[in-house]
Amino acid sequence: MKQGVIQNRERFLNHLAEKLGRGRKTAVEKPEWTYQPQREIFKRWSKEELLNLFIKSAKANHSEVYETTAEELPGQLVKTFENFGGVPIVASKDARFAEFGLESVLSEYGVSFWDIQKGSRQMDSAAAANIGLSFSDLTLAESGTAVFFNDKHKARSINLLPVSSIIIVPKSTLVPRITQACDFINQRVQSGEPIESYINMVSGPSNSADIEMNLVVGVHGPIKVCFIVVIDK
Amino acid sequence: MSMKIGNQPFFERVEKNLKDPYMRQAMASVQDRLRGRKLSATVNDESLVDWEMWRNAGEEIRTHTLNHLDVYLEQLSDNFAARGGHVFFAETAEEARLYIQELVKKKKAKNVVKAKSMVTEEIGLNEALEDIGCQVLETDLAEYILQVDDHDRPSHIVVPALHKNREQIRDIFHEKMGYTKTEKPEELTAFAREQLRNSFLEAEVGITGCNFAVAESGSIVLVTNEGNANMVTTIPDTVITVMGMERIVPSWEELDILVTLLCRSAIGQKLTTYITGFSPELEEDSLDSPKDYHLVIVDNGRSNALGTEFQPVLHCIRCAACVNVCPVYRHIGGHSYGSIYQGPIGAVLSPILGGYETYGELPYASSLCGACTETCPVKIPLHELLIRHRERYVNGVGHPKTGEKMMMGLFGIGASTPTLFQMATKMAPWMLGPFAEDGRVTKGPGPLKPWTEIRDLPAPSKDNFRKWFKQHKNSNSEGGADS
Repeated sequence: MKQGVIQNRERFLNHLAEKLGRGRKTAVEKPEWTYQPQREIFKRWSKEELLNLFIKSAKANHSEVYETTAEELPGQLVKTFENFGGVPIVASKDARFAEFGLESVLSEYGVSFWDIQKGSRQMDSAAAANIGLSFSDLTLAESGTAVFFNDKHKARSINLLPVSSIIIVPKSTLVPRITQACDFINQRVQSGEPIESYINMVSGPSNSADIEMNLVVGVHGPIKVCFIVVIDK
Repeated sequence: MSMKIGNQPFFERVEKNLKDPYMRQAMASVQDRLRGRKLSATVNDESLVDWEMWRNAGEEIRTHTLNHLDVYLEQLSDNFAARGGHVFFAETAEEARLYIQELVKKKKAKNVVKAKSMVTEEIGLNEALEDIGCQVLETDLAEYILQVDDHDRPSHIVVPALHKNREQIRDIFHEKMGYTKTEKPEELTAFAREQLRNSFLEAEVGITGCNFAVAESGSIVLVTNEGNANMVTTIPDTVITVMGMERIVPSWEELDILVTLLCRSAIGQKLTTYITGFSPELEEDSLDSPKDYHLVIVDNGRSNALGTEFQPVLHCIRCAACVNVCPVYRHIGGHSYGSIYQGPIGAVLSPILGGYETYGELPYASSLCGACTETCPVKIPLHELLIRHRERYVNGVGHPKTGEKMMMGLFGIGASTPTLFQMATKMAPWMLGPFAEDGRVTKGPGPLKPWTEIRDLPAPSKDNFRKWFKQHKNSNSEGGADS
């Protein structure tokens, strides 16, 4: 991997150290924080309670939410595709589509999977897609949020460029809040594992209240977002 | 353009804005709504258990981070560069502009898309890029509206175009862009979406600000609702993030607290629609990530506060909660401040970044009621810092005569225009409150100073003369009190 260039750093940081009234430091031990209110939130909640909270929060964010079982997931997906206007649909290249036995139904429906070999044509087809289909990697109950660890196969464009976004949420991915997502990322960073270049937490359709504080849903990202929760474990 | 808005003197701006009924109604309405939403998502949200603990956590994290800013910036830049990103430390706005201009020239780029960023406004980046022949497009809806309207300036940190109503926006779009539909926000927004979508797809360079940088992972975190920042960092081949040097957290653990404080305090959301952590791409064959990522870390006067009594102002996470509770902002509106940073935080920060010569009057745009301090999610003692500014200003720090001149001017202007006079009489008890003891002003500021060196001045009554006179007249006509 190519190392990036850093310019003007020494002069800049020496100046800051001088302003702080001390010599330059290059390391500091992070204290154990006195206040950690985030640790207590929804601490002993069951998955069932978290699911109910997630549904409530997601609906409050103008997302649609459906619950289904692994067996009924193909049927629920097709129904949702129809409601959202059908193809063209682009899906992330994610092993979980096979794990949930969805490959044949998706291929019959005409869903295309992200393919880096297609190059710029893949980007064009994502921009022209009606629906982007993906799996949530972690799901935050408090805020009705799907967290995506996007990479070259689970591309960032899928949840951004198409008109609508359908996100499959395995119930096992539910955690109380952003705290657990940050802890998970933190542990990976501390163990020296490189994190994805794009970690995206999505809580519903894009929106704006910039005109007289009136909420308008659908600005640059998807106009509709639907979560399909699958009872998997 | 830069941090400064307009060339009119402060009191002329105030006078002008006080006479704008739509602006005043809009400011009041936005304040009420945002304040209500914040309360529901903070002190009144029982699931958080105790909002004060969150504020304490925020203050603790920010204090530690700022005290070790050199350490964390070094860590951030090392980790960003280790992933192949490039980092430029800019002590001044000019250094930042020049670096970005050179970079964009080297890329032979003509189309630049931008996500909302106060620091790029502060350093006047758009004009710098236009000067080298680029078309720079703001993609946040409010910033886009302002840009289309001949580069109007923001009036609120979070809701920059709140001073425009839907009819005005319809007319601006019609006149400048050939828009033919109605003033419905849905139709106006759909029009902007359509216009901007093609520009995203054609852009060679994307520019963002930075809500928080995470030192330990070399990540830049953006907090948005529209998704435009995600577009800006997904499609162009080159991305440049410009960050104020203080907008940094040690790790994702602290990010959790600060993002929670920001989303809930700014707009009463548990999380905004998009919270995205970007860092330079490690996979060379990814189709939808920038090939070249640059981080520009800007001082531009921030270090003036470091190691001084003003250091806590660098804790600010730009939520504008203080703006939304400020009684003075409510009356005079965002443009009166003459700075892209308005309200109490603007009145504290602007003189630090831009000097007392330009922004010395701003600390007087406060009733010192303390509501800003009380609401700040990271516990910046805003009203105390305003008093410190006033003390420095009238004591002539750096500007020996200007302070006195300004105070004399303030008396003159206050007395010469009826609207300001009315406001001044309402504000006087609060403005002089910090100088008063037992109902007497013993050490007055500005023109009061020579007087109070010899004798005390009675502190202004909370009942002004007009009010007293009206009551007095009424009680006389009812045959009551003495004459």
